[in-house]
Amino acid sequence: MLTSHRNSWFSRFARPMQAIAVAVLVCLSLAATDTGDRFHKLGDKLMCTCGCAQMLLGCDHYGCPSRGEEMDRLRTGIASGQDDATILQGFVQEYGMVVLSAPPTKGFNLVAWIMPFAVSILALGGTALLVRNWIRQQPKLVSADSSVSATPSPTVDSDMRERIRRETNTEGEV
Amino acid sequence: MHFTVLLATFVSHCKINIDRSDNANRLALHMLFVRLPAPVRKSKEIPRTRAGWSDTEFMAAFGSFALLIGLVLAAYNLFAGGIALRLIAVGGPARVNPEKMAETARKAGIATFVTVTAAAFALVWAAFHNDFSIEYIVEHSNIALPAPYKFAALWSGQEGSLLLWSWLLAAYGFVLRLTHKSDVKLHAYAGTILAAVQVFFLLLLNFAAPPFSLVRGGIAPPDGNGLNPLLQYPEMVIHPPMLYLGYVGFTIPFTFALGALMMRYPGEKWIHTTRRWTMVAWMFLTCGIFLGMHWAYAVLGWGGYWGWDPVENASLMPWLTGTAFLHSVMMQEKRGMMKQWNVWLIFSTFLLSILGTMLTRAGLVSSVHAFAQSSIGNWFVAFLVIILAVCIFTYILQRDHLKSEHHLESLVSRESSFMFNNLILLAACFTILWGTLFPVISEYVQGSKVTMGAPWYNQVTVPIGIFLLFLTGIGPLLAWRASSFRGLRRNFILPIIAFVVTAIVLLAVGLKPWTSEGVFYSLMTFSLATAVSTAVLSEFFRGANVVHRQTGKNLAAATLLLIRRNTRRYGGYIVHLGLVIIFIGFAGIPFNRSAEQAMAPGDTMNVGPYTLKNLGNTQESNANYDTEFSLLDVYENGKKVLNQPMAPEKRVYAASGTPQTMVANHSTLRWDLYVIYEGRDATTDLPIIKAFLNPLVSWIWIGLAIMVFGTLVALVPSLNPSRAAVTVVKPSPAVTAEAMNAVGSGD
Repeated sequence: MLTSHRNSWFSRFARPMQAIAVAVLVCLSLAATDTGDRFHKLGDKLMCTCGCAQMLLGCDHYGCPSRGEEMDRLRTGIASGQDDATILQGFVQEYGMVVLSAPPTKGFNLVAWIMPFAVSILALGGTALLVRNWIRQQPKLVSADSSVSATPSPTVDSDMRERIRRETNTEGEV
Repeated sequence: MHFTVLLATFVSHCKINIDRSDNANRLALHMLFVRLPAPVRKSKEIPRTRAGWSDTEFMAAFGSFALLIGLVLAAYNLFAGGIALRLIAVGGPARVNPEKMAETARKAGIATFVTVTAAAFALVWAAFHNDFSIEYIVEHSNIALPAPYKFAALWSGQEGSLLLWSWLLAAYGFVLRLTHKSDVKLHAYAGTILAAVQVFFLLLLNFAAPPFSLVRGGIAPPDGNGLNPLLQYPEMVIHPPMLYLGYVGFTIPFTFALGALMMRYPGEKWIHTTRRWTMVAWMFLTCGIFLGMHWAYAVLGWGGYWGWDPVENASLMPWLTGTAFLHSVMMQEKRGMMKQWNVWLIFSTFLLSILGTMLTRAGLVSSVHAFAQSSIGNWFVAFLVIILAVCIFTYILQRDHLKSEHHLESLVSRESSFMFNNLILLAACFTILWGTLFPVISEYVQGSKVTMGAPWYNQVTVPIGIFLLFLTGIGPLLAWRASSFRGLRRNFILPIIAFVVTAIVLLAVGLKPWTSEGVFYSLMTFSLATAVSTAVLSEFFRGANVVHRQTGKNLAAATLLLIRRNTRRYGGYIVHLGLVIIFIGFAGIPFNRSAEQAMAPGDTMNVGPYTLKNLGNTQESNANYDTEFSLLDVYENGKKVLNQPMAPEKRVYAASGTPQTMVANHSTLRWDLYVIYEGRDATTDLPIIKAFLNPLVSWIWIGLAIMVFGTLVALVPSLNPSRAAVTVVKPSPAVTAEAMNAVGSGD
């Protein structure tokens, strides 16, 4: 009984499950071979080599000597079933590294990618440390988590008055 | 006295006849310093005056002489001014009166403006009179060129653009020297340093890139080669002058900063003096950059507005450091902090202007801009080294004068936010400089160049840009010195709610940030833009509410009064709002769509919700160019959208034989339908039409207008507190920084 129930459950859902699995596989395989998408994806990684300094797909030169040739090469590469890396490598061998719109993330070229973030992080960290040192060295006039308005010391008050006087007097003349 | 002798020498030599094949300005120099053998005149066709000049030769010689005299005057300004300032500094008896000497130097500086103006006039006159005996006019103009573009020929080539630079510098110097009475000594220092920069540009114009060179062989061609078709666009008449006004404008705060450091100027008055100069220069540079973007979008026809070209980068770098300077200089004004930082920021801004010019003109990096790859790059290298050496030397000598009066007291303060904002702006500047220079470094290290294209810049700069947008919102919400927790909670609650609600709404309407990096950045940008706008608008509302309570004026009038009472602060907020709107425009990029098709008459093509129907293809000709274009009707959901068909075209200019795309663009707040005529299909001979659907592009131009408006507001003097309708709240022991900010007394 149990077996027959399991069989009926299985037979009831097996067909649709198989259909869904096939559909998913078909979709995935279609997506994988969507030449239009691959063409645009790879085209965005390449430069036009006519000297216009434009991306391959963005080059709009009338009668550009390079654009058509490069696009044909790209279409041929995709149609012949080569993977992305092989196609790009073919371009590099033909036109040199300058044909890639961004440097590859290996070898010395990795420095190009790392440096901006490294400098930003170092600068942010360095500034944070510097500010922390400044704050520690200061006599504690105002703390970050206590309201300025709480009970300002006479020094703060006179500073504030001086600032108000300076700002309101000089605002018009500058 | 000295000038009279020099001028007499010029006049006495001017009677020598000119060989038309000679370079006019070199001839002028030789006439001054060398006794030339009588030149052989090769052409007799051109009618000459009694003095032996043809009209055309006269204008070329006039321009050359004007530049030469300008150089002599600027050099006098530099040396006499320098000696006078030195004599004043050391004191003691002197054979000459240093004050009088400094005054003659100032007047020589004013006269430099007159001579450089004369030279610029001569070149424009030559362009308008089709004087093809001058090589520059042959290269950059022709008879059929419309009048406004003949004027634009002044800056369309290397020599002319250097002349424009020199003229603008002289014009800024003219104003600076006329307003010297506000602080004679500081202006004398600034004027002398300015003269040094002027001497450099006049040396270039006289020896390295002379704009008045006569055509080789001495025979003027019947017509010129015409202006580069890419430049034959209305915005090109204003984009370069705007950009140059910005670049050159930063020379003024630079000269004041260096001068103030040299003379150990007490106090921060030099900052007050240069604030307007800096803001004006910044505004022009902003306009110049965005006009360039709009030009690239409307003319180049690749569907985008920023290509990370080295010349574009060169304009962005000083803009970033200039923006950092505008922010951090407030810390020096208010708290006497960051003095060394500010001095180096303005030095860097000026140096980056020169570096950018050097990079592109020395041919170090390849650029789509025309006048790269020339020999004048070495001049810029030398100038850059000299200026840097002077800056470093002066800084080392006077470093003790730049000690901060205060340090940061809290990480959660306006000062701290300015510091981080500065840091991010500089990080962005470094990134762009790194990207621009890396091909050169790579060639040096690896032996092969690499390309730093848009994919690299987008990956690296977009996160930095988004963080900057975040700081734009945070800064105004923090009080000077330190912010209280209560103040933070009050100021941040609304922006945080706005951020969260926007993100949820965008996710609900179908934005999927996990599908691509671009969509994720868009989601972040939209959400942050709402948060920042909320923060800025609530600042306006809070301040206006206080004024409303104090004066009884309605909210609109109270807002106006609030702005007038502190134009600098609220003008700045308006600039921030403009920036937010520009970022919203950028956030549309990941959703760009395009379609391309060879279209016979009657064919249709779909892009997004639009259907383009080709009505026909046409060819026309006029004196300046031949053109072919397609007429396209635009439908949305079967309904015709435009009364007139779109007409993308391709022109071929007669003078140069150069083709040029003319974009047809239907712009709305939602998106731009951007159509180009790509050319003809090689096999079918049908026109290839490419259509882009670029969302939110018009927001960028609207944002620019708001930024410019905000800058203009900030330039207007605030109402004098005594004349203002609202009395400033009398400071009491309980007054808080937040309360001060709310009534618009802080920045």
